[in-house]
Amino acid sequence: MTASVCFHLNGLAVSLDADGDTPLLFVLRNRLGLKAARFGCGNEECGACLVEIDRRARFACTTPIAALAGAQVTTAEGLPDHPIGAALLAAFAQEHAGQCGYCLSGILMAAFVLLRANPTPDRASIIAALDGNLCRCGAHGGILRAVERAVASLAEAAP
Amino acid sequence: MTGRPLPKSLDDTPALGRWISLAEPGRVIIASGKVELGQGITTALAQIAAEALELRLARVTLAEVDTDRAPNEGFTAGSQSVEVSGAALRLAAAQARAALIAVAAVRLGADAARLGCDDGAVLLDGAPSGLDFWGLAADVDWGQPVADAAGLRPASAYRVVGQSVPRADLVQKRIGGGFIHDIDLPGMAHVRVVRQPFRMARLERVDSDRLARRHPGVRALGKADFLALVSDDEYAVHAAHAEADRFVRWQEVPGRWQPAKAPEGMVAAIGAEPAPATCTSTIAVRYARAHIAHASIGPSCALAQYEAGRLTVWTHSQGVFALRAQIARCLGLDVAAVRVVHAHGAGCYGHNGADDAALDAAIVACALPGRPVRVLWSREDELSRGPLGAAMSAEISAGVDAAGRVAAWAMHVTSAPHAQRPGMGGYANLSSAEAMDGAHLPREVADLPEAAGGGASRNARAIYDFAQEVRVAIDTRSRIRTSSLRSLGAHLNVFAIESAMDELAELAGADPLDFRLRHLSDPRCRRVLAEAAEMSGWAGAQATGEGVAKGLAVARYKGKGAWLAAVAEVTVEADVRLQRLWLAVDAGLLINPEGARSQIEGGAIQAASWSLKEAVSVENDRIAAFGWGSYPILRFSEVPEIETRFIESPGAAPLGAGEAAQGPVAAAIGNAVARALGARVRDLPLTRAQILRAVAGG
Ligand code: FES
Ligand code: FES
Repeated sequence: MTASVCFHLNGLAVSLDADGDTPLLFVLRNRLGLKAARFGCGNEECGACLVEIDRRARFACTTPIAALAGAQVTTAEGLPDHPIGAALLAAFAQEHAGQCGYCLSGILMAAFVLLRANPTPDRASIIAALDGNLCRCGAHGGILRAVERAVASLAEAAP
Repeated sequence: MTGRPLPKSLDDTPALGRWISLAEPGRVIIASGKVELGQGITTALAQIAAEALELRLARVTLAEVDTDRAPNEGFTAGSQSVEVSGAALRLAAAQARAALIAVAAVRLGADAARLGCDDGAVLLDGAPSGLDFWGLAADVDWGQPVADAAGLRPASAYRVVGQSVPRADLVQKRIGGGFIHDIDLPGMAHVRVVRQPFRMARLERVDSDRLARRHPGVRALGKADFLALVSDDEYAVHAAHAEADRFVRWQEVPGRWQPAKAPEGMVAAIGAEPAPATCTSTIAVRYARAHIAHASIGPSCALAQYEAGRLTVWTHSQGVFALRAQIARCLGLDVAAVRVVHAHGAGCYGHNGADDAALDAAIVACALPGRPVRVLWSREDELSRGPLGAAMSAEISAGVDAAGRVAAWAMHVTSAPHAQRPGMGGYANLSSAEAMDGAHLPREVADLPEAAGGGASRNARAIYDFAQEVRVAIDTRSRIRTSSLRSLGAHLNVFAIESAMDELAELAGADPLDFRLRHLSDPRCRRVLAEAAEMSGWAGAQATGEGVAKGLAVARYKGKGAWLAAVAEVTVEADVRLQRLWLAVDAGLLINPEGARSQIEGGAIQAASWSLKEAVSVENDRIAAFGWGSYPILRFSEVPEIETRFIESPGAAPLGAGEAAQGPVAAAIGNAVARALGARVRDLPLTRAQILRAVAGG
């Protein structure tokens, strides 16, 4: 059933007509040209599609667009414009985190949602927040170091 | 001339201008036949060229590999990219620098010895001369063959090589884009292929009415047993594919599938069988692993367009030239009418579904002339329908003598094929080729030759000094497709050898470390072993506590690559938990140390995941379960702490690092589990079920 949906995406108002069942992932990638949320499984099992919806980590592969009316959505494209996102991106570069990079945008979003809720997580909380995200390249160590580095840099920057 | 043989790539593609271009002011474009697989080669090769040309790294860009332009360097595999392509590029860049300086010398009327360069500016007696590379490039003969004549700068002068440079390609990949999956061609059709549930399955029936009713806008496009679903809308075709079994029926036709002929007898036999007479105690044991999936996080993807008699295919294949030849052959096109362009895929650990997806896209593109098409595999197909890592077993009969030395050693390896890349053995080796025409089913399969590092035979010869009898046989009876997965036979072979070494050490009443050193004269191997032992605080064979233990293993990858020793610490309760890994590596000269480290540690985590969790579920010679639910891999909460040390070897050549950890890590974990448990598990993966079986049996 085609419906008109309005929501906020990376701070901008979006309004589009789409079949309400269409998962957000396909809308982001094919209608809006935003490629950070990636297809990995389509089944909530890998986290490659992770986005933030109303401050929570959500799988774009199974979130129907109809459920987004009025929501605030952030994708990895929006990270550079946010202090926490920018700190994460810088820390991932400095720690050489990631091998192929396919999992990174989803992992960055999981970390972003965590740091927005808890700016000083310990390693166990970071691991718990990222545990729904798979990485096949074995880049876990660098990724964990990068999130910790972002936590430290944000703590330093805070007054 | 140094008299050294030229890298093969330069024999195949001698012209300087094929490797280096200064056509764009201020930039240098370098070419390579090797492709980015997520291993960071784009950056490492740029570092090598920047070093030889004395340029800032930012000026150097690696061109995408395109069969219309790139030098043909075969497959990007076997951790050879930096060794092979790097060597060619280093010589080409050094020669380009010399040629540019020679032109500058003529222009300035000065002796070339007075000239130098800094980031593309030519210096005369150390001061700017007003000339730069790009102003001189037009006078260079770019057709000249690259020779080993220009003189390389000594390693001590390196400024860019040896630095841990961040990967430029990851900047975009972090926030979106950069992958083949992200390419949008105007007006493209979205395609999903309904794959045969087993090889040579016959497509019995497609209920087009049902498809049309349930999924308006999706149409079926068939060719013999190849079936594609096509739509303008990706979600529509995705949803239709997910329930394809509602409108597609397959049939088994007895006798239609025939196993390929296996190579006669053994494919490799090394050494002679030593006399077992002197043994005081012996073992006769069998180690095995199941089929392993590549399990990339991003499923295989390809795009294609057929226009004006020319087919262009975008792929994340490891070998664009071989793929081009096989696509042309399968579709009856002239090779010159096919162009294959590489684009980045998600992590590639060997011969995965990339090539298959490329042919899928090519078939559909040819059926829809003018229309760009994009194929994406489902998660389930990605874990099951591409070539898998081969199931293997290794039987070891060995013994120690009264002096506690290995006095007999025979190892018999049996393995499904590791070498079925496109074109190998003269066969297409592409999934949809078989579906379109059963004549493409391979009739014969060979292993990779020893010169290429071997396949099933890779690392079957132990690094130790004792006499060995090694036999390797290829078993082609299964219809499950297998091919090259990271480290090929080395994973199971090293697991078997290094497990057996621990079993023999126990018979000899020796510490596993001392026992290995007793049989080891290779100094670089001894060094990594000692280093790993030191890092881990290795304290002999005793268990470190209730259900907690360390294990150790070592190997030299392919017998000629990097040396790596691993110590693993595990706790064993209901499940095995890998707590820590210590890795000591000698990979020769490191081009990008951070890059090498993430390759090694990434490989180690993947090897741990294979060894602890992974087995493709097979019943009655058919794949029986699909998806991440039935094929778990190691998660953030399960990865160990890893400490890695590189042994510096001044003046040593760079050796690929990406596959060196697979075998030693598997064996170190196995040895640790055996000690923590007091019983040995010889079948990978080391799951709860296997442990219970071993404890019950032992
Ligand atoms: S694609 Fe959404 S969780 Fe895997
Ligand atoms: S970096 Fe490749 S999947 Fe994580």
